[in-house]
Order: sequence, then structure tokens, then C-alpha cells
Amino acid sequence: MNKPNVEVNVHHITRVEGHGNIHVQIKEGVVEKCEWTIPEAPRFFEAMVVGRSWHELHHITSRICGICSIGHTLASLKATESAMGIAISEQDLKLRKLALHGENLQSHILHLGFLVLPDLMGVGSVIPLASTNLAEVKTVLQLHRTANEMSNLICGRTTHPQRLIPGGFSKIPSINELTTLRKKLQNSIPSIQKTAELIKTLASKLPDFERETEFIALTSPDEYALYDGKLGSTDTESVPVKDYLSFTNEYVVPQSTAKWAKHVRNSYMVGALARLNINYKLLSPMAQETAKDFNLSPVCHNPFMNSVAQLVEIVHSVEDAIRLISELEAAGLKPQPDYNKPEIKVKAGQGVGAVEVPRGVLFHDYTYNDKGVCTKANCIIPTNQNHANIQADMSALVPSIAEKSQKEIELTLEMLVRAYDPCISCSTHALKVRFE
Amino acid sequence: MKPKVAFFDFAGCEGDQLQIANLEEDLLALLGQVEVVTFREVMKEQSDNYDIAFIEGSCTRLQDEDRLKQIRRNAKIVVAIGSCATIGGINCIRNYKDLDTVKKMVYGENAKLFDSYAARAIDAVIPVDAYVHGCPIDREDFLQVVKSLLVGKKPDMPTYPVCVECKKNENVCAFERGQYCVGTVTRAGCNSCCVNEGTICWGCRGLVDNPNENSHKEVLIKYGLTVDDAIAKFRLYFGWQEAKR
Repeated sequence: MNKPNVEVNVHHITRVEGHGNIHVQIKEGVVEKCEWTIPEAPRFFEAMVVGRSWHELHHITSRICGICSIGHTLASLKATESAMGIAISEQDLKLRKLALHGENLQSHILHLGFLVLPDLMGVGSVIPLASTNLAEVKTVLQLHRTANEMSNLICGRTTHPQRLIPGGFSKIPSINELTTLRKKLQNSIPSIQKTAELIKTLASKLPDFERETEFIALTSPDEYALYDGKLGSTDTESVPVKDYLSFTNEYVVPQSTAKWAKHVRNSYMVGALARLNINYKLLSPMAQETAKDFNLSPVCHNPFMNSVAQLVEIVHSVEDAIRLISELEAAGLKPQPDYNKPEIKVKAGQGVGAVEVPRGVLFHDYTYNDKGVCTKANCIIPTNQNHANIQADMSALVPSIAEKSQKEIELTLEMLVRAYDPCISCSTHALKVRFE
Repeated sequence: MKPKVAFFDFAGCEGDQLQIANLEEDLLALLGQVEVVTFREVMKEQSDNYDIAFIEGSCTRLQDEDRLKQIRRNAKIVVAIGSCATIGGINCIRNYKDLDTVKKMVYGENAKLFDSYAARAIDAVIPVDAYVHGCPIDREDFLQVVKSLLVGKKPDMPTYPVCVECKKNENVCAFERGQYCVGTVTRAGCNSCCVNEGTICWGCRGLVDNPNENSHKEVLIKYGLTVDDAIAKFRLYFGWQEAKR
């Protein structure tokens, strides 16, 4: 049999956030080239914030990403609060955790329903599904809206939140509004189960591919870590977040301009699957059931299962949000003044804020002078930590599918990239990945 | 025939396109009125045959100008959506710094490999027919603009500042609370959403036409604020507009 010659050139892969390209060349069955490249325009956020005041940084860095702006705002606030030794109240902590759940829900539902589902159903986008599968599309839209209503209620807006400020909240929801939200979340559970069942009937379409890698995520003995924790790994002991640079190790590859991240192997993965692999036991009961339904248990080395891990996290976020709101209801909400602006004692210092955002662990690291003006900033976003792992997966996957048609190879590689849910416009450091 | 629409993004966070996804059920209604032919964030299919182009993000490098000009040639109507596209937005903060220093700060010795120039609004490169302001855009505002365009009307845009809406909403003035706010000179249309949430107006919809600078100066004097306070806030969103003035 003749060995095939195949060329795959996906210029600006679709249904991902930001711009990425895939180039594969197969000559007589031998893979000659397999590249994941990022042409996104760099935006220089770390330079933009230098010279700006402590009370503006969260507003500016929120704009790094429209999809995870709540996560960027929280990481930013945590960095500023850590630098200046600012503590927040138990109540505000719970509200911030709710904010993060709202965003994770919104983002995961969007990714699964709008970006992944079309691949599994063999169409180019969600648009044709609106005529062929209207009921399912409406269920997804309704879940998405509930998640957005949640972000709106806690943060004052779904994208680029307003209420989240250094030291707490400028405005908080009323207890009645929170009760209404809790009921809505409870009512959404049957819809989530319906969506899970739909995905289960399609799960066989997810490629059965495994490549051993390291997973990194925040971890805590008390809860499924999202807002706080130590930095954990499937390969090593955990370290405090302030030592994040010993995990991220950005480096430049010879013959390339890439800043890649590596810890103990040549690449690592962050995101829902990493969190699930590290913190499985702390998932809510219903979320664990969902994971079992899909035979998803730690440590899973199939990157395509990241989408299923997101589904599990949707269940977890709903269940945990209901728990958090119930606690607030039981304790009663402590009122705060209108236009609240917590008293902040500005001082010089350096601080790191890390949170788990939909695509993985996010770090903001700021240094302030004694006037509270930022003198240095570093932001490391999840997708940049994943690029090297995407490339390594592609290099391992392509030889095993080299005999397939150009169309099948292209779809499988696109599905691989989409599984990571990359958020390329977050390119605070742009990348150009070359793999020779 | 339904008008064909396309979405494009340049340097930005894609938060405005997210607001379109966030239309939820209204999005289904909108899809009944237009045919989306290109929307890289949500669909695989692409086409150069479209009537209305929606553009998000700023132009930040020479190589992107060709793509913008091609979009202008293809489209009958070009709409800029979100601050980065309408006024240059937050990307323009860096325009006040030396570009080489900025590049080195982020990319170190690899700085020369990253092509970039001063961030600018889309209408600095190609003519723009309509604007949906805001960071992010307001979903209702977007729908109103689309409705106007579909019936062949030029969309309305408020010519008064956010202050007017804020007073109507009976907010306590940010200046009275000891904070600096640019609602006095920022184009309205957001219903003073940020002040309603307990903060200040940051200026994301850009300078209103003919901003009343004298009265703004009077406000600064009245509340004991310095020109430095004003300059810092003006440089958050007004960078490109200020450079043009």
C-alpha cells in the first residue's frame, strides 16, 4: 500500500478564543512537521500596569481576557492584597468564591455547548443545531443564562466585573437575591443532568488517546481548590503559591521564540482535568457521581477528557454554590455601606495572587512602591502553561493517525486543541511554538 | 435574502463577542434575521461574502492593516464594537510609554521579534460606519444598533456625558465620595452602570463630542484634586482620542 502524503494547514483554528495555527506535513507516512503556532497580537499588559495605581490594577488586568475577566480580577486583587497585607471578611470570601463558580459555570457551559458539542455532532457550529436540536440548544442557553445571572448578581456585571475591589466589594447582593439564585441553581440540576446524558451518548466520539504528563493545580485539604490553596502537582509535593516560579519555569526553546512552561517534565497540563486529577476526592457528591458515569478517575492522561472534566466541574460548581449560599442564608448577610470602599493602608511590597480559572491556574505577581504605584508585574495565564503540552500531545498523536485522511487528521487535531479550551487572546506573553 | 454578517477580532479580549453569545434566546431571534457567515470564535465555516462586518479589538501592528482594508472592501457596513475598536481603549495605555521599553519589559531579549506600533481605534485605519461603545459592550445597545442597521437607519449615539444618566439614577456623586471619576466627559449610553455598582466611571465609552473641559477643571478645583489625578484617569481609555486632539 502506498504511504500517504498529507498536509494539514489550519490557519486560525475556529471555535477557540484567540488565534492559533496548526501545521502538519506527512510524507510517505512519515511525520515531517507538526506545529502549533500562535500569531496573536501581543498586548503588553505587564508593561501597561507599571506606573499605575493599586486601585486601578484589577480594572486594567481584567481586560486581559473577556472570558475569564472575573478570574483575572480576583487574581489581581489577591496579588494587591497580599502585597499590602489586606485581609477580607469571611462573608466577602464566600461571595468571591461564588463569583468564581459563576464564571467557571459560564465558561465551561459555553465551551461544552457551543465549541465542543458541534464536533461531537458532526457540524461546523452550534447554529445548525438550533434547527436540528432546538430543545438541547435551549437547555444549554438556559444554563448559560443562569450562570451569567449569577456573575451579574455577585459582580455587578458578567464581563469585566465592577463590584470586586481591593479589600472586598463595592456593593453586595441582598439575601433575597441570593435565595432566588439558590433556587434557580437547584432548578437547573435536571437540565445539567439532561446535558450530561446527551454528552454521554456522544462520548465515544472523543478519541481514545493517552500520553503521560504532569498535572498542576491549586490544592487544599479543605475543599476542591479554586479560590485558594497551595500549588499541587501529580508528580511532586505542593509548594506555597509565592514559590510559583519554581513550578512555571518559563523558558525559551532553541530555534524558537517560545516561552514555554515546564516543571519536572518537558511540559505540564493545567485546567479542569488537572484539578480533577489532583483534587478528585474533594469534588461534591453529585460531581463524583458524574465522573463515575464517564469512567473518569484520577489520574486520567487523556487530554480529550478535559471536556468531560469540565462537565464534572459544572456539577460541582452548582452544588458548591448552593452550599455557599445556604451558609450565607444561615449566618445572615452583614450589611455594608453603599459605595463601599474598604480602608486600605497603602504600603510597598510584593504579592502573588493565584486562582483557578476555567482553563487552569492563573498567577498575577505585582510589586508596589510606598505610594502604591506598581513598579513590576508578571502574569502567567493557564493557556501559556498548556502550549508546550498541546504541542507534545500533537507530536505524540499525529504518528498514530498518520494513515487517516487529511480531513480526519485535521478534525482530530482541532478537537485536541479545543479540548484544552485555549484562551489565546490572554497572550500576555505571546508564543511562537516550533517543534523540529 | 437575509443580510450576511461577519465577526472579526484584532487586539482585544474578545469580551464583546462574548456579549453576543450572552444574548442567549435573543441570539436565536437575531439568527432569524441575519445569516452569520464568519464568526471564528463559534463556527468553523468562513466566507468573504458579507454585508455587515463587526470588528472587535484595536489595530496594534502594521501587518493587521491589510486585513482591515480587506474587510472594508468586502463589507457594505463596518461596525466597531467595544472600546478597543471604537476608541483604541485600554490598549492605548502603553502608547504613553516608549515602545521599545514596553517590548523589552515583557519579552526581554526577544523583544525585536514582536512587531507592534501605537495601539489605535479601527477608524484610524479604515472608515467605520457605526459604533457600539463600551468595555464590554452592552447587549441591548448592540441589538439596538443591529436593528437600526437592518432597517437602513444610522444608529443613535448619545451626545451627552455619563453624568446626566448618573444624576437620573440618583447616585451619590463619586467626587462627593472623595473619588475621581470621568463621568463628566465620557459619552453616555451605559446608564452609568459602573457607578450604579458602587464604583466610578472609568471612561470606557470614550470622550463625548465637545467635552466641557472648563467645567471639568472647575470640578477638579472644587474637590481639591490635581491635574495628575485627571491625567492618570484620562490615560486609561482616552489615549487615542487625546493623541488625535
